[in-house]
Amino acid sequence: MTENKALLKPSRPVGIIGYGAYVPRYRLPANEVARIWVGGRVSGLPIKEKAVPGLDEDVVTMSLEAVRNALKRARIDPAEIRAVWIGSESHPYAVKPTSTIVAEAIGATPHIQAADMEFACKAGTEAMVMAMGLVGSGMARYAVAAGLDTAQGKPGDALEYTAAAGGAAFVIGPAEESLATLNAAYSYVTDTPDFWRREYQHYPEHGNRFTGEPAYFKHSTAAGKIMLEELGTKPSDYTWAIFHQPNAKFPQRVASLLGFTPEQIKPGLLSPVIGNTYAGAAIIGLTATLDVAKPGDRILMVSFGSGAGSDAFDITVTDKLLERRDKALKTQDYIARRTEIDYAMYARMRGKIAMK
Amino acid sequence: MEIPRHWRLRQQRYGLIGELCPHCDTKIFPPRDICPACGHEAKTSFAFSGRGEVFSFTTIYEAPTGFEETAPYTVALVKLEEGPMVTAQLTDLGDDKPEIGMPVEMITRRLHSDGDERGMLIYGYKFRPSMKAV
Amino acid sequence: MTEIIIAGIGQTSVGEHWNISLRSLALQAIQIAIQDSGGLKPQALYVGNMLAANISRQAHLGALLADFAGLTGIEAETVEAGGASGGAALRQGYLAIASGLVDVVLVVGAEKFTDVIGPDLEVALATTIDADYESIHGMTLTTQAALLAQRYMHENHIPVDGLAGFPLTAHANGAGNKNAMYRKAITLDDYLKADTVSDPLNLYDVAPNADGAAALMLTRRELLPKDFPHPIVRLAASTIASDTLSLAERNDLLWFAAAQASVEQAFQKASITREQVDLFEYYDAFSIFAAMSLEAAGFGPRGQGWKLAGDGSIARSGQLPCATQGGLKARGNPGGATGIYQAVEAVDQLRGQAGVNQIYGARTALIQCLGGPGSIAVTHILESIE
Repeated sequence: MTENKALLKPSRPVGIIGYGAYVPRYRLPANEVARIWVGGRVSGLPIKEKAVPGLDEDVVTMSLEAVRNALKRARIDPAEIRAVWIGSESHPYAVKPTSTIVAEAIGATPHIQAADMEFACKAGTEAMVMAMGLVGSGMARYAVAAGLDTAQGKPGDALEYTAAAGGAAFVIGPAEESLATLNAAYSYVTDTPDFWRREYQHYPEHGNRFTGEPAYFKHSTAAGKIMLEELGTKPSDYTWAIFHQPNAKFPQRVASLLGFTPEQIKPGLLSPVIGNTYAGAAIIGLTATLDVAKPGDRILMVSFGSGAGSDAFDITVTDKLLERRDKALKTQDYIARRTEIDYAMYARMRGKIAMK
Repeated sequence: MEIPRHWRLRQQRYGLIGELCPHCDTKIFPPRDICPACGHEAKTSFAFSGRGEVFSFTTIYEAPTGFEETAPYTVALVKLEEGPMVTAQLTDLGDDKPEIGMPVEMITRRLHSDGDERGMLIYGYKFRPSMKAV
Repeated sequence: MTEIIIAGIGQTSVGEHWNISLRSLALQAIQIAIQDSGGLKPQALYVGNMLAANISRQAHLGALLADFAGLTGIEAETVEAGGASGGAALRQGYLAIASGLVDVVLVVGAEKFTDVIGPDLEVALATTIDADYESIHGMTLTTQAALLAQRYMHENHIPVDGLAGFPLTAHANGAGNKNAMYRKAITLDDYLKADTVSDPLNLYDVAPNADGAAALMLTRRELLPKDFPHPIVRLAASTIASDTLSLAERNDLLWFAAAQASVEQAFQKASITREQVDLFEYYDAFSIFAAMSLEAAGFGPRGQGWKLAGDGSIARSGQLPCATQGGLKARGNPGGATGIYQAVEAVDQLRGQAGVNQIYGARTALIQCLGGPGSIAVTHILESIE
């Protein structure tokens, strides 16, 4: 078997025309989960707090806000969009696309591709690679790719501390209109049973102790390493880096394994204050990084989704970022909007109280 | 279940799409095809900015069937920047107290589910306190 | 023009009549009214009802009630105008007699609200507001009233107990009405301690939805029986006007334009002035409605109607007695029957048979019922003659 590690490069250069983030208002502190399930033992909590969606929010409404923010920066006619792809593991319908609702609401229908992606936490970056392909082939001028989740962990499970809500959206288009060019992508995927949720089940399961080494670390480091090798770049060539962030520790460890410094991942490291936003986790790190980046900055982003796989992206910021950055709310604006809730309110808001 | 009723209103509900009177420039919401100001036909579609302020509000504790899930909730009359008054819920108030004159912005949220958990989800405009950049 | 006489009145008590059906409730009121009229035979039946199709799964009340009352064969139909259904049915009766085509009309208002309660009743009531632009946002009739009250209190700088005089007056009068749902006076302290229903409205600002039926017999004066046993009360005016269904589309939120228009037309029609009104049965489904109705009828300046409740003007001994048998607040609000109760109560006053609640020397009564927040306003003026 030959190995084909060639990077995914579009035949015409593409980039990010507009980007937008969304984080809901409510926060559940991790020590509140600890109070309920482990007698308040707070040593080794994975994050400080996580973002919780309001009673009237779901992946449709959150995607819509992130996409609208991306469009405010892109400043294009929504009718020119030819695809709306939304990655999530918590689409509100099992059958009926989130993407059609979002596309209709932004005025992009009917001449579009629309579909929902699912690949655990990397469904959003998978949508981005598809958008790169559609635009990069010349088939379309603009495509929207988004990744958002309202993830749930089983009550009392380790995941309950971190499973959060939020995400980001991007308008992908020709490089010459971009605020950041998408130079290349590379995906590393295997069949790894680290984490899953069966149909009709509310909560996911972990496979053995696969979460770390054989799943997250293996795929993230492989994708990152191959990307650097194939490009002939080294960590110091990048101003910033973003890794999937299921908790505070994993992305910091993978950064150091690949040779990136804490400073490089700092703006994108949001899991301590918003939790693991699943399909939105890596890409909301990217929006937060774009919020502070300068023209010429180079960014490496590596997502990870259980099951398992990682998508790596090589990105360069252009000078168009400066004129568009302030056209919409920034990631930190949403993070600053914060109302703390207790576990009882969280249980109500997330439908954990049996009503029938 | 009332699928057609909600479906035919989807665009105005998702994005606060009203009408503009080509004769006297009045902005109209909800769409009514005849301009309430000058009486002429007004069918030009117009997307409202979604910015406005609270003209009046109240919190509902005894919700009608189909809305219990989110009760108590706040309903307001919102005076849009472009003129019309709109009835909608205020959401994402957190610990903020609603007040008359509060600047608000339109967002799209779940209004409710048409029927039980098997029914269609109805999305539409609500308003929240205007967010500011930090 | 011919004089239209209210020849017979009938009412049931208002309350939670779990053991009585809509048809039986209506029949009780009909029998009393026919008997009270000296046995006149109705040629047409107009039924005022708001929500039977929804709550009782029963539409087509004209045929049902004509049959049940042993009147099969006569003209019979339902009139619906939200909370103003009773008044609108009376208006149909007035038109039928005035046209000369019908000699004797039976008008019955009947409502059976308490077969459903809580969220199911709220959603049924909310079918009378704008489905696409109001109730879809979780709005109810009470929400509309609360939105008005919030803005009204804000613009007019009204203290938290500013509307208290309305329920206080209603309950004081309800105490003397044997058909009232609540027959107990309340204190300001009770009012101030009441739970909020929808801010700023509390429990006492909202009339209770109840069951009840009331009926009227109408005819021309020359058709009254020779031995007609009561002082004669005529319908001097009957008017109806409309405003926007949804609150948001009002040009002037704090003004009941339909209420004003219908009252002005009524004064004109009856050739009377405001000062000649001896009592006013307003539509106090919510205390804010009472305040705004007083203003719309011209009894107080805009934004000042609430003061009439605080200074005793609307008490039985005041300048303009209102809600003289308890109003909607204490008598109870049986939907499409409410407008007919108002007429029955006014006739009692004008005949001098209102018992402890009698307004002495009352000759002219103004009654008004509203559909929603004045989306429909029906006004009648009743006068005693001789």
